[in-house]
Amino acid sequence: MLEPLIYDYSRPGRQGISLPEPDVPETALPADLLRTDLDLPEVDQLTVIRHYTRLSQLNFSIDTRMYPLGSCTMKYNPRLNEDTARLPGFALSHPMQDPDTAQGNLELMYQLQEWLKEIGGFAGVSLQPAAGAHGELTGVLMMRAYHRDRGDLKRTKVLIPNSAHGTNPATASMAGLEVVELPSDARGNIDLAALKAVCDDTVVGLMITNPNTLGLFEEHIEEVVQTVHACGGLIYGDGANMNAIVGVVRPGDLGFDVLHYNLHKTFSTPHGGGGPGSGPVGVSARLADFLPGPVVGLLEPGQGGRPPHYGFVTPPKSIGRMKSFWGNFGMLVRAYTYMRVHGASGLRGNSENAVLNANYLLSKLRAHYHIPYDRVCKHEFVMEGVWPEVPGVHALDISKRLMDYSFHPPTNYFPLIVHEALMIEPTETESRETLDVFADVLIKIAEEAHTQPELLQTAPHTAPIARLDEVSAAKQLVLCCRPIPAWAEAR
Amino acid sequence: MSYYPHTDTERAEMLAAVGAKSIDELFADVPSRVRFPKLNLAGPLSELETLQELRGLSDANGHAQKRPFFLGAGAYNHFSPGLVNYLIQRGEFLTAYTPYQPEVSQGTLQTIFEYQSMICALTGMEAANASHYDGATALAEAVVMAYHHHREKRKKVVLSPAIHPHYRAVVRTYMQGLGLTIVGDEDPRASLDDLVRQVDANTALLAVQSPNFFGQIEPLDGLAAKVHAAGALLAVAVDPVSLGLLKPPGQYGADIVTGEGQPLGLPLSYGGPYLGFFATRKEYVRKMAGRLVGEAHDKNGRRGFVLTLSTREQHIKRDKATSNICTNQGLMAIAATIHLATLGKHGLRRVAELCWHKSHYAAQAIAEIPGYSVDVSQPFFKEFMVKCPKPVAALNDFLLNERGLVGGYDLGRDYPHLAGHMLIAVTEMNTRAEINDLVEALRAAA
Repeated sequence: MLEPLIYDYSRPGRQGISLPEPDVPETALPADLLRTDLDLPEVDQLTVIRHYTRLSQLNFSIDTRMYPLGSCTMKYNPRLNEDTARLPGFALSHPMQDPDTAQGNLELMYQLQEWLKEIGGFAGVSLQPAAGAHGELTGVLMMRAYHRDRGDLKRTKVLIPNSAHGTNPATASMAGLEVVELPSDARGNIDLAALKAVCDDTVVGLMITNPNTLGLFEEHIEEVVQTVHACGGLIYGDGANMNAIVGVVRPGDLGFDVLHYNLHKTFSTPHGGGGPGSGPVGVSARLADFLPGPVVGLLEPGQGGRPPHYGFVTPPKSIGRMKSFWGNFGMLVRAYTYMRVHGASGLRGNSENAVLNANYLLSKLRAHYHIPYDRVCKHEFVMEGVWPEVPGVHALDISKRLMDYSFHPPTNYFPLIVHEALMIEPTETESRETLDVFADVLIKIAEEAHTQPELLQTAPHTAPIARLDEVSAAKQLVLCCRPIPAWAEAR
Repeated sequence: MSYYPHTDTERAEMLAAVGAKSIDELFADVPSRVRFPKLNLAGPLSELETLQELRGLSDANGHAQKRPFFLGAGAYNHFSPGLVNYLIQRGEFLTAYTPYQPEVSQGTLQTIFEYQSMICALTGMEAANASHYDGATALAEAVVMAYHHHREKRKKVVLSPAIHPHYRAVVRTYMQGLGLTIVGDEDPRASLDDLVRQVDANTALLAVQSPNFFGQIEPLDGLAAKVHAAGALLAVAVDPVSLGLLKPPGQYGADIVTGEGQPLGLPLSYGGPYLGFFATRKEYVRKMAGRLVGEAHDKNGRRGFVLTLSTREQHIKRDKATSNICTNQGLMAIAATIHLATLGKHGLRRVAELCWHKSHYAAQAIAEIPGYSVDVSQPFFKEFMVKCPKPVAALNDFLLNERGLVGGYDLGRDYPHLAGHMLIAVTEMNTRAEINDLVEALRAAA
């Protein structure tokens, strides 16, 4: 056992916090509605602090080491953003208070909408989606609504390349649409001939990630967009890989109709061990009326010393609400802060250096690992974690061995079109020295794979715990550590 | 400024290693007609200037520390012990990714396992997932789960009109492509009996909220049996603080319990990031959405935790997944866990009791003001409905501008038949003096 469960520290009568006595006359509690048990731990405050501090220390994090997780953009999370999100006017304002008493929030949201429009080349933005997949659902529902609004009811198919994130097909299904998978060509692009063959008047649109999950810029992007538009379909952009192209190219200029941003990737709001994220969507003019509402509008521009007046506005053909209130506002404050610090030059610099870092690593590793689609990459690249001469070593073993050298593994076994894939995204905030050490370690692991494969197969050796038996965990499911309450046993 | 470390010399050397003459060469595959647009953005600014600008925006807002606050309607001003905010800012929690690599993610994994256990204990259920985006999307996923549980054959869902209007709106948005009919709330006054009458052999789910949007605790005992008789599932959305005091939905037969976790130590933060919690019975666990943490062991027999049943999820099942959810609200779940661990069994009960006593004290005092009446047709928790002698917007303007108080929610915005009704929330944060000020102000405004 690495650390007991919080319940293991519980002793009857211990308290973590004192709370006031009621300062008002008491009202009788409703006897027939009361619960008979409340199975929460009873722990003192220092024990709580130590327990969760020790647990945190079992985590790998960006703050401790390089986290080259492809498609996740694990870059430095500036602490200024944490401070600004905690300013009292942001952190303690209530979502239902009169918008006239929250003009600072609305101005921030309006500005952020404007900047995301500018960065993506879009006509409208909604900040409501809470994560990338949530933005995808928003976008696909808007595409569906657009066709239906035009009386075009036979469009049911969403085209998705076989290199796509799993969220893309899952999203299309949630929207009640049919997924048509597209093959990739030998250079890692969408297979144009296959695309042309399926484009007809039943296509809702194409979901495309560009640069794609191989880290490659789609070489025929203009033709892809034209082909889909020519059949009446729309283009959905998965913005997971925006960190490669801010200030380099605007998806709207390429003809994309909708794109979700991952503020928790490109604009550095922290991942928090799985969220909260934020997934605003940008749209072309023809989809602007369908945005989830409300969005922030400028009701009256400021003039003559009077400040501008902002308010919530629901687009006329809105698909509806995607979330209660206005979005993951605290993440919007962090992203605003980040963008304000960088400005256009800094954001473009991020993309340039992220792409430089990836290509630098690629140049060092090319001789040691097979690169199935070997051309200039963008912010990430994919290599194979397997050698024909040592068939017993897999990408998983390389991943686990990296932990022994204090690096987080890359994303592995994705994209699905690469055998034993290792997907590496260094981000711009890693220094050249760190990249050199990381490359040297990967080269050393490649040697070990040939000379001492068992070192990889039994790794990690220095992590807090060895490989866990996931198969048994799924069979003998233990999802909760609490006993069944007495009332349930009696039932 | 930027946070990357590269010097010009290093950049030149790295480019040479790559075999490129310039950075621009790395982008040669981007169509030249659209390459390197000039972006019209503000900045760059130093960190100091940025902080000053953000302070200005923050200062332009009213907030719950500036004035006494009686506004709830789905987001509540509660006390959070200081250690919650300190612990979630530890870089090891804050800057970790989703725990796909369990050997180096036991901190997040075990904390989420503890979270799941506490949510089960609170709700009286057997399995809770690692979170949804908020209370609204958690309820929408309950509808999706019920739909899949019935193998997409039952096409109707009954929603109580007393569920938070935003939640009902989000359910409708989520369902628009799946061909489900959503009924129940077309009559804003529909009673529980009216709703049960709509549950039939084509119904996948009945969803209610308790306490409902009006703060009322409807009599839910016996409801599950009626819903189950038609073969449908029962979902109950709850306020987790109320469960410090009130019977858990598992005890009266709910199949799914969802809710907004914001009251568990998360700041109001203008509506997010919050925490959608979702719990169900073990028999439905393979149909539920979201991440699940399970106990596991390594080869040495040491206990650890892993993400489990991922064969339900999008990265494995793709278009056959139970949901598209990927990133959820991980750090918010960690915050709620630390909050609940600190409050513990006595602390959460005490907070719930304080909410009970203070809200009832306020309701009784307001009921005594001529022209006002409080709806006491059903028991209420923390929040109650007041019929006012003047339009709520006008009253709230008076409270704010003349007395420096933030009044309650104007129910007429969502329920036309409740025009002139104010929804007032009172929590442990409101002192007796504040409540007395509110009462006096309402009296003066009448």
